[in-house]
Parts: sequence; structure tokens; C-alpha cells
Amino acid sequence: MKKMKKKRFERRHLMEFFVKSIMQTALLIVAGALGLILWAVITRGLPSLTWDMVSQVPQGGYYMGKEGGILNAIIGSIYLAAGGTLLAMLLSLPIALYLKTYLGDSKWGECVRLSLDVLWGIPSIVYGAFGFALMLTLGMRASLLAGVVTLALVEFPIMTRAMDEVIRRMPADLEQAALALGSTRFEVALHVVARQTLPGITTAILLAFGRGIGDAASVLFTAGYTDRIVTSPMRPTASLPLAVFFQLGSPYPEVRERGYAAALILTVIVLLVSFGSRWLSARLAKYTIK
Amino acid sequence: MSEVNSTFIAQESRKGEGRGSRPSAAFRARQDKAARRAFLVVTILPILLILVVAAALFARAWPILSAYGLPSLLFGKVWKPNNGQFGFLPFILGTVWVTLVGALLSVPACLLAAVYLAEYAHSRTRAMTKPILDVLAAIPPVVYGAWGLIAIVPFVDEVLAPLCDRWLGFIPLFAVNQPTGFGILAGGIVLAVMVAPLIISVAFEVFSTVPNDLRHASLAVGATQWQTIRNIVLPQAKPGIIAAIVLAASRAFGETVAVLMVVGNVPNIPTSIFDSAYPLPALIANNYGEMMSIPLYDAALLSAALVLLAVILIFNILSTLVLQRVLRRK
Repeated sequence: MKKMKKKRFERRHLMEFFVKSIMQTALLIVAGALGLILWAVITRGLPSLTWDMVSQVPQGGYYMGKEGGILNAIIGSIYLAAGGTLLAMLLSLPIALYLKTYLGDSKWGECVRLSLDVLWGIPSIVYGAFGFALMLTLGMRASLLAGVVTLALVEFPIMTRAMDEVIRRMPADLEQAALALGSTRFEVALHVVARQTLPGITTAILLAFGRGIGDAASVLFTAGYTDRIVTSPMRPTASLPLAVFFQLGSPYPEVRERGYAAALILTVIVLLVSFGSRWLSARLAKYTIK
Repeated sequence: MSEVNSTFIAQESRKGEGRGSRPSAAFRARQDKAARRAFLVVTILPILLILVVAAALFARAWPILSAYGLPSLLFGKVWKPNNGQFGFLPFILGTVWVTLVGALLSVPACLLAAVYLAEYAHSRTRAMTKPILDVLAAIPPVVYGAWGLIAIVPFVDEVLAPLCDRWLGFIPLFAVNQPTGFGILAGGIVLAVMVAPLIISVAFEVFSTVPNDLRHASLAVGATQWQTIRNIVLPQAKPGIIAAIVLAASRAFGETVAVLMVVGNVPNIPTSIFDSAYPLPALIANNYGEMMSIPLYDAALLSAALVLLAVILIFNILSTLVLQRVLRRK
């Protein structure tokens, strides 16, 4: 370009080059941060990661560096996140479908979206405090059930907004074709919209699951902590993020090292969920109308 | 037995072919109406939930709010629950400091990255960046905290603090009063990385709402791409960008575990970025265990949650309203 025009090389062209390099550096810094995080967690967590960590519950003196593992926390976290995700789905799916098929871009629809965005922004510690306030009022103790309900509150705005984003982007033709053939809106929602956007809905559910399994602040008050594997929804349960948190706060170096190993386990689970959802939605996308 | 069964199945399937199994139009209309009503009730839930959360926290916080009054709680400097002194000021200021440092570190880099992705980057670069941002957003706060302990706290302690002490130590803002590494700067760095995916993705969307015609017009009269961005795109995108920053700041304001792990948790009013701080969410998280034994302690902690909620609701509603308007242009 510059050669063709035989133009003077002006200051603004130098500026262009300069600004562009700064921007590329900024992007590299952000991407590099991810690399640094993963590298730090892996190199620090791997040495103390043993099979016992994932297959044993804490034995006596575990928190002073004796043997045992965090199976209780892994299982507890899976229960908590799965329960929370199921409960959140019961709310999210109807809201997301209703937003598309009945409300569209109406005033009330925007209002619901606004409230969901606001709920998304409420920090999980506030949900935790809210769950705790409810438990105090009801005279309940920390339990798996209370943790599941609180996590569902944390997860459902994330899930609904993620679903809404995909459902909204669905081309209007399909919906209109079904309506033109005489379907009711309910039938459109159930048989057309839900099926067509199934890959996106799956991604949204797994996104919320991943968020739920890593959330510590909401289960801190509500789910409690115990060294046994939880057997009843009314009993307290351990969770992986809290296992990391408590162990990293320990004065014993061995325990802290195992905290880093637990952080590595949590990271691996979250990454698996994240990549799994990508893979699953790509597979499910085969069955949609393009 | 098997004969009976098979005839039964045959009958059933024959029935399925006839008109009988098709729901009548009236039934379908009724079904639609019932679904509409049921859905409407579910849609009210999100709004209701905001109100219920606020009301429940308020009801639980009421004993201390009525006994001390909001101003003396918000501006009280002393936190001694055993003596009945509940002053939130150190905690509120701690949260503000950490949030500001995090935002100052994060916003410039993230905006530049977002501009690059929206205006310059090849679609392949964009496709490669998306999973990176997704993973950054998916990493749990407690892992960010662990990263802070592994990398950021030692880095602040061994590299940044000595450097600042040597060259900038005369400025109170950069004075190193407690050389441990735990403090506002460490919390701010961790927060800066945590909110990066949010700022980048929202800012990217805001940039892509700017009509291409404007860009083409500017390029056609001979402006460079950066001139186009600075004079055309950025002014257009300004409200959305500000909203994105406010949104990210409110996310940082409420972040609990990751910050709590690296910020030092000393309830003093900070004066330097190397000082320890004790943010409001950390106060709530750290003290839930013993709150039942001291009178008014649980009310104090839940009113702290209420303050947090109020600030975040205001930030969030404002920024979301702006963003909804900006993004609808697309």
C-alpha cells in the first residue's frame, strides 16, 4: 500500500504500528496469565498428588500431615454441583423458553433479562449469607440440602442467561414455520426451540455446573464440612473448593502442599467439564437443522 | 399371557394411528394457556428473588441497624465485636482499594486486547482467543487464590516491593510498611486477571455494535486504522465501555475467596498498595464460625452482606441498563 502510493511515512503510520504492537502485547499478557496460572498450579500440585488423595477420606491426623485423602470433598462437591444444577435447570429451562417464545424483545422480557443479569452479578458470598439467614430462621443446620439450594441460586442466573443467548440467536424461520402450521407457542417451545437449541442448552447447563463445583463462598456457610462421605441430604458435606481453602490455610507445610494438589484436582475437573461441554455441544449440533 | 400382551400392544398402536390420540384443538389451546400462566409465574421468580434476598438480609440485620444506625456502622473505624464496636469503614475502604487496584491493572490491558480482537485480529486469532477466555472465566476463585499464594505473593514480596521501596518509597502510596507480600497489590493482581474475561468479552461486543459504515467512511478519507478507532469507534463505544468497566468493578467488589487468600486480612485503613487490607466479603467469610457466640455479631455480618448487596445492585443495574441499550443497536 505504502509503496504503491509513494507516500511520505508520517507520524501517524508509526503510531499505527506502535499502538498495534501494544495491543498485541496486551492480548499476549492476558493469554499468558492463563498459562502462568495453569503452570503454577500444575508444578506445585503435581508433586504431592497421590492416588490416596483421590481414593481415601481423611484419616486421623490428616490435617497434621498424616495419611488420607479428600474423596469426601470430591464426592461432596459432585453431589452439591449436580443437585444445584438440576434444581437450577427446573427454573432456567422454562424461563429461557418463555423469554423466546412468549416474550421476545418485549418490555417485560427486557425486565426479566435485567433481573437475571443483576442476579448474576450478586456475589456468591451474599447468596451464602442469604442461605445462612434462611437457615437461621428455619432452625436448620448446615447440610447438603442447604448447600444444593444455595448453589442453585448461584447457578440459575448464569444458566438462564447462557441459554437465553443461544435461544435468542435461533433463526426466526423455524419458529414461524411451526406457528404457520398451526402449532401453539407451547408446542413451538417444546418441540422446535428446545430441540433446535439443544447443543447450546447443554453448554449452558455444563457451564453452570462448572461454576457451581468451583464456588466456595456460597457453600462455606450452608454446606458445612465433614470428614465422612455424605450419606443423607440433611447431613453436612465437604466440598472441593473448601478442601483447598482450608488446607491452604493450615500451618503445616505438608497439609498446604496437599491443598495445592487439591487445587490441581479441582482445576482438572473444571477444565474437563469445560472441554467436555464443547465436545458434547459439537456432537449434538449434528442433530439440529442448519 | 404373551398373546394377551401382544393384542394389547396392537390395540394400543392402532389407537395411536387414529384420530383419538391427537389432542383436540381445544385441549391444545388450553394447554398453551396453562403453560403461558405457569411460565409467567416462573418468570416473576428472578425479580422476586432479588427482593427476597434483600428483605431476608435486611430482616436479619435489623437488630444492629436499629441499635446503632447505618451511618455509625458505615463510618465507624473500630471493629471490636467483643466490646460491641462494629465499624465497617476499614473493611469498606479495603474493598474499595482492592477493587480500584484490580481495575486499574486490568482495564487498560483488557480494553487494548478487546480493541485488537474487534478491530484488527484475524478471525483465526479470535477463534483461538475464545477458549482461552472461557477457561480463564471457568477457573474457580479458590484456584485463583492458590495461584496468588504460589506466584503473586512471592512476586510482590521479592520483586515489586523492593523495587518500589527503592525508587518510589517516598510516595506514601507506594511505601512498603509491612513486607510480607500479602496485601492490596497481590489481591489487585489476582482480581485483575479474574475480571479480564468479563471486560474483554463485553467490550468486544460493544465494539462490534459500532456500524461498519462509519469505519469505512473514516478509512475512505485516508485515516489509518488507529485514527479510525480513536476518532470514530471509541467515542461511539464509550458508554458501553464505561458500563463494562463498572460491571467488572462490581464483580471485583464482591469477589471473596480469591482475594481473602492473598490480601492479608488486617482491619486497618490502608494507605499504601503494599498494606494489608480486609475486604468486606472476607470479613463475612472469615467470621461465620464464631458469629453465634457474641451478641449482634451475626446481625453485623449480615448487615455487611446487605451493604455489599446494595452497592453491587446499584452498580449492576446501572451498567446493565446501559449495556442493554447499547447492545440492542446490533
